[in-house]
Amino acid sequence: MSEVTKLIHKYLRHDKKFPHVWCPGCGIGIMLGALIRAIDRIGYEKDEVVLVSGIGCSGRLPVYVDFNTLHTTHGRALTFATGVKLAKPSLKVIAIMGDGDAVAIGGNHFIHSARRNIDVTAIIVNNSIYGMTGGQYSPTTPYGMRSSTTIYSNIEQDFKISELAVTAGAVFVGRGTVYHAKLLDSLIEKAILKEGFSVVEVISHCHTQYGRQNRLGTAVEMMESQRDNAVTVEKAATMKPEELQNKFVIGILVDKELPVYQNEYDKIRERARGTATH
Amino acid sequence: MKRQNQKKKKSHQKELLLQGNEAVVEGALRAGCRFFAGYPITPATEISEILSIKLPQVEGTFIQMEDEIASMGAVIGASLAGVKSMTATSGPGFSLMQENLGFAIIAEVPCVIVNVMRGGPSTGLPTSPSQSDVMQARWGTHGDHPIIVLSASTVRECYDMTIKAFNFSEKFRTPVVVLIDEVVGHMREKMALSDGEEVEIFNRVKPTVPPEWYLPYEDTPSGIPAMANFGEGYRYHVTGLTHDIRGFPTSRPDEIGPFIARLHRKISQYFSEIQMAEYFETEDAELTIVAYGCVARSAKRAMIEAREKGLKVGLLKLVTIWPFMRSAVEKVLQTSKNLLIPEMNMGQISREVKRVNRGIAKVFTLNKVDGTIITPEEILGRIMEVF
Repeated sequence: MSEVTKLIHKYLRHDKKFPHVWCPGCGIGIMLGALIRAIDRIGYEKDEVVLVSGIGCSGRLPVYVDFNTLHTTHGRALTFATGVKLAKPSLKVIAIMGDGDAVAIGGNHFIHSARRNIDVTAIIVNNSIYGMTGGQYSPTTPYGMRSSTTIYSNIEQDFKISELAVTAGAVFVGRGTVYHAKLLDSLIEKAILKEGFSVVEVISHCHTQYGRQNRLGTAVEMMESQRDNAVTVEKAATMKPEELQNKFVIGILVDKELPVYQNEYDKIRERARGTATH
Repeated sequence: MKRQNQKKKKSHQKELLLQGNEAVVEGALRAGCRFFAGYPITPATEISEILSIKLPQVEGTFIQMEDEIASMGAVIGASLAGVKSMTATSGPGFSLMQENLGFAIIAEVPCVIVNVMRGGPSTGLPTSPSQSDVMQARWGTHGDHPIIVLSASTVRECYDMTIKAFNFSEKFRTPVVVLIDEVVGHMREKMALSDGEEVEIFNRVKPTVPPEWYLPYEDTPSGIPAMANFGEGYRYHVTGLTHDIRGFPTSRPDEIGPFIARLHRKISQYFSEIQMAEYFETEDAELTIVAYGCVARSAKRAMIEAREKGLKVGLLKLVTIWPFMRSAVEKVLQTSKNLLIPEMNMGQISREVKRVNRGIAKVFTLNKVDGTIITPEEILGRIMEVF
């Protein structure tokens, strides 16, 4: 067994019935591998990690790994994560979401978690489609693309999740792809270590739904297109806007400091105790 | 807090002038609530405002979320991390909470939701009382589920029932709803609290087995599995999907059936503990009023006045609304040939009463949905009409 496989097995739940629900070739498994490697490198105890998810293909991720795992309602992962984190700040809380989960039904929670700067890491697998329900268009399905609810063509503009997170005030925002596996490892590790609301957008592919409906080829071909369309932050800085058309930027988009909610709340507690003794 | 402590030194009896909403706060803190997530809404806002001051004084946490959906999510998350948690709202917010309320039921997460009822549907009558959420509290969230719903008609009951709600939620691993209304929430009354008063506080039962043996959703005789808090060495899976005894999603009929049955059984086999009611002069009553919440107070007055007129009227005051206390209605049916159910809705509890009655007694209703309380005179008038 290779070292990488051994590592992943260390974190899988052996009493859980496998196989998993994901299609062969799915990118979520690559993201899970990156997450496990990041947590292992940081050296957290399994007991101190809480993995929270919403609904959809990505929502099924926590059940396979041996942490405190919480599979919530659609779009609400960050609300549960907020409760867990504030009730027990020593826990390391990571929320796993899909694109529809995070920025459609959960869009409000996403921007407010960023604005509040709750110390939670949000990892969003963006595959541009609702995969589990059969390939309906999501807020990240690009204009002009086909889905099972836009047979004629998608007439809506798509959300850029990372840019949305930046605008909403997240202190760390990174975008990676499942093709750039090493970059993903490092982005997730940095995001988890960052105190405050951190976001990693993981560009992935759904060859089963999105790929099939838009004739984008196999999982491998879709990953190659991630390679071809990704531009690093450094390179993007040297490019003209028209050159960046139809490309996406990968790397760290924001890494800044803002007061973290739970630390600020500790100050509130001190003030409140002062008031109480009057 | 200080004010109470000063009183404490002078006498062993504290006398407080409190609003119903304030009494909810006192009860919650007494029960050990240390987390509140909510969203502003009339007429429940005082609960949020006061807890935002008091929770940080006792190492607790208050957070105002972006909506009621998020509030309910945060409450469940905090409870899973081991902290007694609650939220407070009114009808429109309660509607938004139904989604995650269902999660708390299926995942068996203790928490308390106080609904200070106002007139509906929709935005309705924000500043007027109502009892129109009785059925929303019962069936608001989808799926077949049991629920515990308590009511309060006095300020003191707001305190007591909030404590009870926390105790029931911890004991039965279930969300508990406290239904009060705008009148009870905003009414100020003297409330006596004795220093020596022993308040029973129940804390969730934690597992004692080694983590590798722990079955978070085990089918025990009590129907209530031990609950491990996140971060205490028992790593397990919590999901809103129908799950097996280990907490993992299942679609096996032989696992689903017993699981849903247990969810119901863990409440139904404790009916005698959960169901509370008060009886006033029902022993010889030929007509019994069945009432709850603020209407029960008008009903009591009407009953006294009817007795003064020589009419044999009694009162059954329901404290537990759900599970509906069938045995209490059956008890008054032994003497009463007439039942009168005054409600500030179009007849939500009266249907339950009729279901239990099965034609034994004549059932009369008095429904008022204009945003004003049902007065003793109105109830007395209805008694004179039907008696």
